[in-house]
Amino acid sequence: MQTLTQNDAISQALHEEMARDSRVLMFGEGVATTRPDLLQAFGPERVRNTPLAEAIIAGTAVGAAASGLRPVIDLLYAPFLTYAMDALVNSAGKLRYLSGGQFNFPLVVLAQTGAGWGVGAQHSHNLEAWFAHVPGLKIAFPSNSADAKGLLKAAIRDDNPVLMFLDMTLGYTPGAVSADAELITPLGRAHTQRLGRDVTLVSYGKTVATCLDAAKQLEADGVSAEVIDLRSLKPLDSRTVLSSVRKTGRVVVVHEAGPMCGIGAELIARVAEEGFEHLRAPARRLTSPDVPTPAAPNLEAAFVPSAAAVRSAALRLCEGVAVL
Amino acid sequence: MKTDTHLEAPSDLDLLARMLLIRAYEEHLAELAARGPAPMVCSSQGQEASAVGLMAALQPEDEILTAHRSAGHLLARSADPARLLGELYGKASGYCGGKSGSLHISAKELGVVLTSTIVGGQLSMATGVALARKMAGRPGIVACVFGDGAATEGIFHESLNLAAVWQLPLLYVCENNQWQAFVPRRETMVGEHIAPWAERYGMAHQTVDGNDVRAVRAAAEAARAYIEATGQPYLLETWTYRQRGHYSGDNGAHIDPAERAQWQASDPIDQLAAALRARGDLDADGLQLLRQLSHEQIRLAHEEASAAPAPAAGALLTDVYA
Repeated sequence: MQTLTQNDAISQALHEEMARDSRVLMFGEGVATTRPDLLQAFGPERVRNTPLAEAIIAGTAVGAAASGLRPVIDLLYAPFLTYAMDALVNSAGKLRYLSGGQFNFPLVVLAQTGAGWGVGAQHSHNLEAWFAHVPGLKIAFPSNSADAKGLLKAAIRDDNPVLMFLDMTLGYTPGAVSADAELITPLGRAHTQRLGRDVTLVSYGKTVATCLDAAKQLEADGVSAEVIDLRSLKPLDSRTVLSSVRKTGRVVVVHEAGPMCGIGAELIARVAEEGFEHLRAPARRLTSPDVPTPAAPNLEAAFVPSAAAVRSAALRLCEGVAVL
Repeated sequence: MKTDTHLEAPSDLDLLARMLLIRAYEEHLAELAARGPAPMVCSSQGQEASAVGLMAALQPEDEILTAHRSAGHLLARSADPARLLGELYGKASGYCGGKSGSLHISAKELGVVLTSTIVGGQLSMATGVALARKMAGRPGIVACVFGDGAATEGIFHESLNLAAVWQLPLLYVCENNQWQAFVPRRETMVGEHIAPWAERYGMAHQTVDGNDVRAVRAAAEAARAYIEATGQPYLLETWTYRQRGHYSGDNGAHIDPAERAQWQASDPIDQLAAALRARGDLDADGLQLLRQLSHEQIRLAHEEASAAPAPAAGALLTDVYA
């Protein structure tokens, strides 16, 4: 076991996969400049800087992926994905289907997001639900260093286009990571981080830790909370959530992304469709408000769901269980 | 009329036959549209010389990216007209199993890859196809065909810039057909030509008479040889004309008849036929026979495609993920 920040875990995964498979290459804005270790290990053919032009970076990745390479591209910040939408949505997502299965697109897109750095809404905007709406794409969003490494390795080995969102705060948060180069975190499988009986807290990314904090507080309130880390948003492992809700009868979905048509809306729709009879209280969402990410520290802190808010939402659902 | 010295007569006849096949295909689709509900298509009629000249210059190992006005490129690359029509008719026999329709037909077996109908989409992907070819050391080039409309998209400039910086074996072919959907080209850009824009990227370029199939072939051969010799990209502009409206439902009423008549006078098929007749390699009967053969080939393709089965119901859910 080693202790790595999420950024270092990502670097390690890139190193291991590029050493393992010569078809893997990485390019993007400043990739060769900011990853001198990769450049030194694998050379300028496989580690490339690009112009600051997301549309052609993404399009080039799509074309290369269909032609035998396995590109990983770094588009830096999630809002920059808007320039890359045609290549990712219309090409990577659709051309396998439209061509009757003639092409595969084994590519990985990295993008950071997440409040906490005061960079404002054009660098921090959790857009993951947009891409969940696109057929043909897969989406990963790790909550810790070990999963960041494991999910990236799985994404690089996958024959489909995978978008991987990385929370900026987690980038600098240390965590335990296995040194086993063959250990991967499978896409499409949620991880139950804490077992509980009374309420299911579901999240991904940075707010998984928020839910774990809330679960500790709830324990003192006499409420036993289960915490599920989705890890992948597409495929979405609703089976793990449903089987938890069958047990607890209560669910709160927590994410930093806005409420409208988000992952929480989708999960709660699935619970309503497939597990309604198990619900003992209304299903709840806790999200950021439907506003752009602010820069001021106090506003930014208020923008993200807090452990106190999660605790309070869970307590309202658990009336009669909590000892208050 | 230009006189020809650089190509053998049989090759010229073959070029003529290929253009006639494309014309017969497009006329067949126009007839279907005139008769009633028909597949939505974007006709390449009038641009046959650009397609046939380019494909005659490319080699089997080359790859091609194109867009929705692609029937000429596909047929000139020896696509089976029955499988093209099958795709348009929504049949399992189509090149994409009926999932594309007319607008984004790829045929990997012919080297026609990653067709996108998003204007400029092929420009975004061509750099990656060329990068993979270059890194693998595979011989040959990648040709990316697009229109003057795509050249006014931002992605055109991003693509040319990256291809020049990374020195990719990419032949950009801009078919400047004077129309961008429903907008005349002259309303969308200053100047007439796209090719000179390549200069700012340090890229070699040429504009060629896109209605002269032999000129297009010669220019494309020279461009291909340049790319193979230098490893640098090249922009070839073919100056041509879209003889029909933007798509099959557009009767082209907004097109000035004088403009149409002027371009009709330089119809690519008429031009080559006249040259061959002047040279004594073709007479009126021979031309008539070639036309009949083309129409017969399309008639048979239509019958075959019409008789082909539709995709199985389960195909709705397949091919989304690898």
